[in-house]
Amino acid sequence: MIKLENISFDHCIKCTVCTIYCPVARVTHLFPGPKQSGPDAERLRIKNPGLVDESLKYCTNCKRCEIACPSDVRIADIIQDAKWKYVKKGFFRPRDFFMSRTDLAGSLGTIFSPLANFLFSFFPVKILMDLFLKIPYKRSYPAYERGTFRRKFKKLAARQKTFEKKAVYFHGCYVNYNNHSLGTDLVRVMNAMGVGVELVREKCCGVPLIANGYLEKAKKNALFNISSLSGAAAGKGLKIISTSSSCTYALKHEYSHLLDMDNTGIYNSIEYVTKFIFDRFEEGARPPLRPVSIRAAYHSPCHLERLGGVMYTIDLLKKIPGLDLIILHSECCGISGTYGFKREYYQISQDVGYQLFRRIEEADPEIVITDCETCRMQIEMNTKYRVMHPVSVLAMALGDER
Amino acid sequence: MERYETQAVVIGGGATGAGTLRDLSLRGIKSILIEKDDIASGTTGRNHGLLHSGARYAVKDLESARECISENRILKKIARHCIEDTGGLFVTLPEDDPVYHNELLEGCKISDINAREISIKEALRLEPNLNHNILSAIWVPDGTIDPFRLAASNILDAKEHGAGILTHTMVTGLELKSGGNIVRAADEKGNQIEIRCDLVINAAGVWGQHVCSLGGIELKMFPSKGSMLIIDYRINNIVVNRCRKPSDGDIIVPGDTVSLIGTTSREIDYSRIEELRVDDDEIDVLLEDGEKLIPNVSKTRALRAYCGVRPLVAISGETMGRNISRGIVLIDHSERDGAEGLITIAGGKLMTYRLMAEMTADLACSKLGTGGRCRTAKTPLPGSEKKISERKNVRAFTGISQSVVGSTLYRHGLRVQDILKRDKKNYRLICECEMVTEGEAEYAIKKLDVKNIIDLRRRTRIGMGPCQGELCAYRSAGLFADFGIYRPEKSIELLYNFLEERWKGIKPVLWGDGLRESEFTYWIYEGLLGIGEIKFDDDPGDGDGV
Ligand SMILES: Cc1cc2nc3c(=O)[nH]c(=O)nc-3n(C[C@H](O)[C@H](O)[C@H](O)COP(=O)(O)OP(=O)(O)OC[C@H]3O[C@@H](n4cnc5c(N)ncnc54)[C@H](O)[C@@H]3O)c2cc1C
Ligand code: SF4
Ligand code: SF4
Repeated sequence: MIKLENISFDHCIKCTVCTIYCPVARVTHLFPGPKQSGPDAERLRIKNPGLVDESLKYCTNCKRCEIACPSDVRIADIIQDAKWKYVKKGFFRPRDFFMSRTDLAGSLGTIFSPLANFLFSFFPVKILMDLFLKIPYKRSYPAYERGTFRRKFKKLAARQKTFEKKAVYFHGCYVNYNNHSLGTDLVRVMNAMGVGVELVREKCCGVPLIANGYLEKAKKNALFNISSLSGAAAGKGLKIISTSSSCTYALKHEYSHLLDMDNTGIYNSIEYVTKFIFDRFEEGARPPLRPVSIRAAYHSPCHLERLGGVMYTIDLLKKIPGLDLIILHSECCGISGTYGFKREYYQISQDVGYQLFRRIEEADPEIVITDCETCRMQIEMNTKYRVMHPVSVLAMALGDER
Repeated sequence: MERYETQAVVIGGGATGAGTLRDLSLRGIKSILIEKDDIASGTTGRNHGLLHSGARYAVKDLESARECISENRILKKIARHCIEDTGGLFVTLPEDDPVYHNELLEGCKISDINAREISIKEALRLEPNLNHNILSAIWVPDGTIDPFRLAASNILDAKEHGAGILTHTMVTGLELKSGGNIVRAADEKGNQIEIRCDLVINAAGVWGQHVCSLGGIELKMFPSKGSMLIIDYRINNIVVNRCRKPSDGDIIVPGDTVSLIGTTSREIDYSRIEELRVDDDEIDVLLEDGEKLIPNVSKTRALRAYCGVRPLVAISGETMGRNISRGIVLIDHSERDGAEGLITIAGGKLMTYRLMAEMTADLACSKLGTGGRCRTAKTPLPGSEKKISERKNVRAFTGISQSVVGSTLYRHGLRVQDILKRDKKNYRLICECEMVTEGEAEYAIKKLDVKNIIDLRRRTRIGMGPCQGELCAYRSAGLFADFGIYRPEKSIELLYNFLEERWKGIKPVLWGDGLRESEFTYWIYEGLLGIGEIKFDDDPGDGDGV
């Protein structure tokens, strides 16, 4: 039965622009594309849920179609929604379960990090995971740090209190378990602009849960995060920033569009970090920057594109002296969170990213810069270049003094 | 001049004519049907396709009510793939007279219609989009019926039992004399046809007046126009009726992928039946009243509006459209006018077509002195032979997208087996809104008397979705040449006519997203393809085959 609220499919004028832009439809005939899986098929599914076509599972939820659509159809939301509402899912899905619990896996991984990192890169283990969990053995995994970012932050917390201006940092799972230095870089950059960083209690934003069909669990996490963050946002009038474009997109848009949660209390406070920095710079809080003298290629992640945040990142990078910046043609890298970690999608994921990898190699930079943690994994696995977050590049320009 | 000889000629390829042709053929009577346009292009294709339970008539017209419920039960068995057993609701709104509710229940009881009062909560559970302010609700065994499929599968079965059919052929003369009647007709290219027969059956609906006049017989039709509005998607899954005395805008019927708001009722002059159009105030009434039943109506896109003419025979002196009984009128013109070989069948409803056909064929058989008993109440239509298990049937076609299989199955029932083979054609979509593949189009063009894209639309739903032909039109135009039906040059003319036909129905509802859509379509066909620049000769040279 039709949900009265989400009838954006009805605005589709069948121009097919979305399908032209869809990176998945471009590389495989298995996926009929956003127009057909989204607004077209929605009418059929309303008529009879039995008409759902399983091919919609190939959608990576990259949201490029939504950017292209001239009719403001929330195509990717429609597809995600249909995927879990109408397609039967197995009861026992160990792989999807663990992949979607990035926080659970992360807490375990960080406790036993040397062992975990060894095992995940040990070939026989990878073969077994391929056989039993359908995780492609060719795939490399992000390494776990020892301990969590939150623990590390405790040492920095006292200094944060000395700043008059403050912002809440939603660090997300990746910073907490896999990349502490991005977190500490963020703190340095913020402090250099005269802003103190606060952490509040948080759970995984829910992106991997949504992608794997654990919508109820995603809703629980959303509820937790909304109430925890809105305390800071509404209560103290602080901005909430994130260094992950996908976390930001989820908090700001998917909570309400896809999970039907009321996030109006935090909506206006959430900002992707480069927008926040851009605004501070505009206000004049621009710290002195030293030349970095490095040649970098910038890749814009899909979800940041959808968020409309790419221009802030580019503007910021352009302000870093000595950064020789090549802006890559905007393309999907193909990994799309947990998608590229699944055997059934692995080849598609690689094919989607192929053009991007080639262009990076043609540009032959010293480093690649991108805002998204999974784009980073994908690019590092498929090219020989090191990938950095824009905030870390900015931190580099701040110099070494702590 | 082509000449044929047969036992019976049926004039009119609506549901009534198609049903009669089938009934006669099943009884072994050789017959030919002549239709001036396409199967179901008359009133049959211009109604809301409600499979009445009879409740609508239970208060004022018990005879119709009884006919309806009895045919309702039969059709659910013999025409499964043309019918959706949705159920229906009669809901009372705050401004409606609450007395009607009880009268309806009482009438249903007398007519043996299984109607029951249900709680408002239950009604809203069954139909969540319903107006939440309703005062009471009655459940009735209404359903929906697809008139195009119904007529086409009657024709298909008749053909498989030896009947002949001539579409796009107009009857132009009737010579009625004992010892052999002559029916004269002309096809669209002007070819003359003459058929000698024992019996002429006039099933030309509202045009029956004209057909009679060709034989020098006077029969007065009483045309009453009704307009309807199509909504882009299915806003309801159950038929929703307003529980009040029949009047304008009191029903919303889910039909395949869309919903229909019906209807109005306006007396028109017989001379105007060829130039029907939907008036603006009718649209206002339909939208306003539709919104009262299902508030979501105001948020959805109106796809198109169209109208039909009720084929009511004015035997008595009544003057008001709704007060005339929709009863079946079977006329043996030998008694009335001394024309031994002419029968007229008119009135009734789409869903009583089978009963009308049975009555007609009974009379025909007694006049001809041959033929067996009627079998149509038991013999399923082609495609409806077995109950269709969607699950099982969809699974049988692995490799083809489920939504294609499901949609094709829905349209053609078990005949899906003739269509969906493991072939590239079944992966190529012609119509993306309604999931019509090249394979289905081929089947329709070759097996279901399709002569142009408009006909193809009636068999498959090409062009009936939200894009109204934007993408499927040019794809289907090429198919006729691909399958060797016409020379490629003819495709452009087919395309042009199809777009004009679609445009006619879009025009009355040109606002919002529908307007954007047609702007885009205009840009494709005029801006990109320059179709307006193309001149057709008087004789566009279609040629028979290549
Ligand atoms: C607005 C409206 C809503 C309705 N809703 C419903 C409903 O929900 N349910 C229901 O059961 N009924 C409904 N009806 C009634 C139903 O549509 C008709 O009773 C039924 O379709 C009549 O079918 P028919 O075959 O008798 O006539 P038609 O379908 O009109 O068939 C007559 C055919 O004869 C052809 N013809 C005419 N002249 C010639 C000629 N000279 N030579 C060759 N061919 C010729 C015409 O082209 C036409 O195709 C509705 C009617 C209207 C107007
Ligand atoms: S979200 Fe991405 S993969 Fe999915 S349909 Fe849109 S463009 Fe294609
Ligand atoms: S881009 Fe938007 S309007 Fe165009 S086909 Fe896709 S969903 Fe429809």
